[in-house]
Amino acid sequence: MKPIYMDNNATTACDPAVVEAMLPFFTEQFGNASSIHSFGAQVGKALKEARIKVQNLLGAAHDSEIVFNSCGTESDSTAILSAIRAQPERRTIITTVVEHPAILTLCDQLEKEGYVVHKLKVSKKGRVDLDEYKSLLNDRVAIVSIMWANNETGTIFPVEEMAEMAHEKGIMFHTDAVQAVGKLAIDLKTTKIDMLSLSGHKLHAPKGIGVLYLRRNTRFRPLLRGGHQERGRRAGTENSAAIVGLGVACDLAQQHMEAENTTVKRLRDRLERGILAKVKNAFVNGDTLYRLPNTASIAFEYVEGEGILLLLNRQGIAASSGSACTSGSLEPSHVMRAMGIPYTAAHGTIRFSLSRYNTAEEVDRVIAAVPPIIAQLRKLSPYWSGEGPVANPDQAFKPEYA
Amino acid sequence: MWDYSEKVREHFFNPRNSGPLDNANGTGDVGSIKCGDALRLMLKVNPESEIIEDAHFQTFGCGSAIASSSALTEIIKGKTVDEALKVSNQDIADYLDGLPPEKMHCSVMGREALQAAVANYRGEVWSDDHEEGDLVCKCFAIDAVMIEDTVRANGLRTREEVTNFTKAGGGCSACHEKIEDVLIAVNGRLYNSEPTPKKAAAAMPSESPVKPKLTNYQRIRKIEDTLEAIRPMLQRDHGDVTLVEVEGKKIYVALSGACQGCQMESATLGGIQHKLVEALGELVQVLPVGALANH
Ligand SMILES: Cc1ncc(COP(=O)(O)O)c(C=O)c1O
Ligand code: FES
Repeated sequence: MKPIYMDNNATTACDPAVVEAMLPFFTEQFGNASSIHSFGAQVGKALKEARIKVQNLLGAAHDSEIVFNSCGTESDSTAILSAIRAQPERRTIITTVVEHPAILTLCDQLEKEGYVVHKLKVSKKGRVDLDEYKSLLNDRVAIVSIMWANNETGTIFPVEEMAEMAHEKGIMFHTDAVQAVGKLAIDLKTTKIDMLSLSGHKLHAPKGIGVLYLRRNTRFRPLLRGGHQERGRRAGTENSAAIVGLGVACDLAQQHMEAENTTVKRLRDRLERGILAKVKNAFVNGDTLYRLPNTASIAFEYVEGEGILLLLNRQGIAASSGSACTSGSLEPSHVMRAMGIPYTAAHGTIRFSLSRYNTAEEVDRVIAAVPPIIAQLRKLSPYWSGEGPVANPDQAFKPEYA
Repeated sequence: MWDYSEKVREHFFNPRNSGPLDNANGTGDVGSIKCGDALRLMLKVNPESEIIEDAHFQTFGCGSAIASSSALTEIIKGKTVDEALKVSNQDIADYLDGLPPEKMHCSVMGREALQAAVANYRGEVWSDDHEEGDLVCKCFAIDAVMIEDTVRANGLRTREEVTNFTKAGGGCSACHEKIEDVLIAVNGRLYNSEPTPKKAAAAMPSESPVKPKLTNYQRIRKIEDTLEAIRPMLQRDHGDVTLVEVEGKKIYVALSGACQGCQMESATLGGIQHKLVEALGELVQVLPVGALANH
């Protein structure tokens, strides 16, 4: 049976049109865009076209605001490190507890180096408290970095409003929009967002290509210094094939934006309803009102996520787990913990993330596959007995130590 | 996905002996839903022969936790209680043709459940009373408190030494920076990760020809003196060590008190071995006395 891929928040398949556009840049179009000869000039022209396509998808005012680099993580690091280096008198960073490790791990390191990091807490639904946010804005803050949409739950944050608030106080605003670009309509020129991170492999472009959007006149310090590529803002010979691929992917994303928010969304909703109708003690995580159209995060109580993934994988279904056991950690993901999802459910959270390549037949196959898998694992669980959880799971299972 | 062996996959997809066991007379619960791993082991022991006639498990946990539980029940069925207690977490991992380093804690949990179930059968209370700190090394489930204690007790200076004593850092390497943080917290600074000159000599004992060969008597005296020097440190943790047998490069010791059977045991043995290697100037292996009875 054909495998079903529902892990598009982890990475996506390259669109065939993207691959096709890239191929010549590995062969005849191998020039260095900086060279004076015709080999270089052709590549330079292709990069310029790609830059405009990215600009259009983001609604940026100028194509020079697009800085190509290697990945979303690099964009995140560049944005935050630039802000604190360009404004050494400001030593505070505001972010949230549910950011991607690309932000959180960096902030933890900066904290060790003496910076003050405020991580906004989130509610059960994953929302931040704007009053708390407002109270933290002052002239010691170097940068605010808030993700546009969360990778695990799909919850969307009000970054446009939060950027306005930061702007009023003269504070730089960055958003990690790695999950949002291509799924949500974005028009940066009408916002007060100063920097934005994008990663190609989340929107059907290849891995290893990223973009930092840098609003004109934003104070900036490069992460990599060297050659004059990207106007001195990111040294290193351009990854021309990947940049061209990203350009095509941005065009395609724009064409499919409508479908993403109608067809894909309907498939996601059908998947959620179908599973919840057949599995009890299961619920959807995150903010179901403000959410990416492709993401379903479902908590199955009293089972552990890795087992579910292994059994799904055996039937050719690829999803991912909200428990971090797949990364070697015993803790459920920081996002689930931050939302106060009980441990009984956080460990059994599965994320299905769809794309325009998924079909209704695939959704129905997953709906049919999930309930027996959950039943099978619950049968093994000491917290489950017969048709429901054991009474008082906390007491029924009594380790000598916990 | 994890690089699980065929055997792990097979035991996960077709677990043996799962579900409740009627008439169980020994039950051990370890872990908790909070940790993401919880295992209940149920034994039916024949009170006359002390043979484990049946063993079942219920596990909440990842694929390798379920496979380890299944393997454990298969290993111990038909064994006497005493024989079963000799099953180590390594035996469980070996039975499954190995576990990824990050998942070794699953086999440790299996062994703990076994100890708890036997204690329950014997009417004893089994407890693991280690103080738990922040998990530093996920591969070997070793927390900050344990690393700190080991660093203090043995005057460790480098990350390599911490790995030799506690195993922390010996798997995927992701925790090396955190281990260095603990070293800085204890020692006030981070020493260069080059071994200190004295240690360097000890690390290559076979290549130091100047050392005169010890007679058998001198050698055993030296072992005893070394253990004597370590003893106060163990006693502080309510444990003790005695020398039982020396067979060439294998030195068998008996650990007692708090060190016995707990997670600290292998760390303690590792620490003793390190000291003995240093004192004797030769590579030796320190083994628990149980290993002597095995052959
Ligand atoms: C929200 C978010 N930020 C950053 C990243 C990192 O992107 P990249 O893999 O391109 O470094 C990811 C991808 O997992 C993400 O989901
Ligand atoms: S976490 Fe893998 S070696 Fe410590």
